[in-house]
Amino acid sequence: MTGYDIERIGELLRLLPPPPGEWVRAAQELPQARVEIDGIVARAEADAVFRARLVAHLESALEAEGYPATPSIVAALRLRLGTG
Amino acid sequence: MRVAFVSTHGRHGDVTPRRMTALRRTSYPRPVAATATDAQLVSRCRDGDTEAWNELVERFSRYVYAIAVQAFRLGPHDAEDVFQDVFARVYQHLERLRSDEAIRPWIAQLTRRRCIDSLRASGREGPAETDDLEVAELDETFARLDEAMAVRAGLDAVGEPCREILDRFFCRDESYRAIGEALDLPAGTIASRISRCLGKLRGELEGRS
Repeated sequence: MTGYDIERIGELLRLLPPPPGEWVRAAQELPQARVEIDGIVARAEADAVFRARLVAHLESALEAEGYPATPSIVAALRLRLGTG
Repeated sequence: MRVAFVSTHGRHGDVTPRRMTALRRTSYPRPVAATATDAQLVSRCRDGDTEAWNELVERFSRYVYAIAVQAFRLGPHDAEDVFQDVFARVYQHLERLRSDEAIRPWIAQLTRRRCIDSLRASGREGPAETDDLEVAELDETFARLDEAMAVRAGLDAVGEPCREILDRFFCRDESYRAIGEALDLPAGTIASRISRCLGKLRGELEGRS
């Protein structure tokens, strides 16, 4: 950036509004959710029926088994299960 | 009772007392280590430092969001899916990053790919990678966002209270009145504080160039 015009600084700041707070908090929960995610993946590797249910309907399968289907866990599981 | 206000950059609106209270109660995210470089954050994340992970997500959340919503114009639902997927990938594959300094271009690339996937999955016409004009527009948007991230880094370095005042005004689109209420400052002093803080930020940015 050259010049550092005040108006230009304001314009650039406006380009980065915050996303919804719950999105950020969900992504920040990933380290805490890791144990849960690892457990679900391990179970899916050992139980083909469970894995098939997860692959078919991830969120509802998690809820049916009593796992939290939070956005970050769902995203991480899609990645780990190769369904994303 | 509704209180009318007019801010100096042409926005009109009104704020109910309930909204003012909500604004005051909003917890305001503060950088854990504003001076940590991207590479330092990545290194600490690899060591399992959850505070560093929180900071990394906080630092890049606006970037990912802006790419999804401004560059690719995704709707809220698709944008959230991309947002969560990108950070899940970053968390899982941080070990693969060859250079810790390259975290931002890596996140940009991940987000870009996931946005294109999302557009294709929804059957919408996305920016075609083969279309020179659209690619040029995208590149221009990415360049502006990178520049905005540099200003954002300067804002973190400037520190409080300027960081919060400028963020509330420019990024969160809050009025002088709302900022004054949130920070317990006279609304009549907010314009001059914004002006002083912009000068401070400009000085910080010039010092970096």
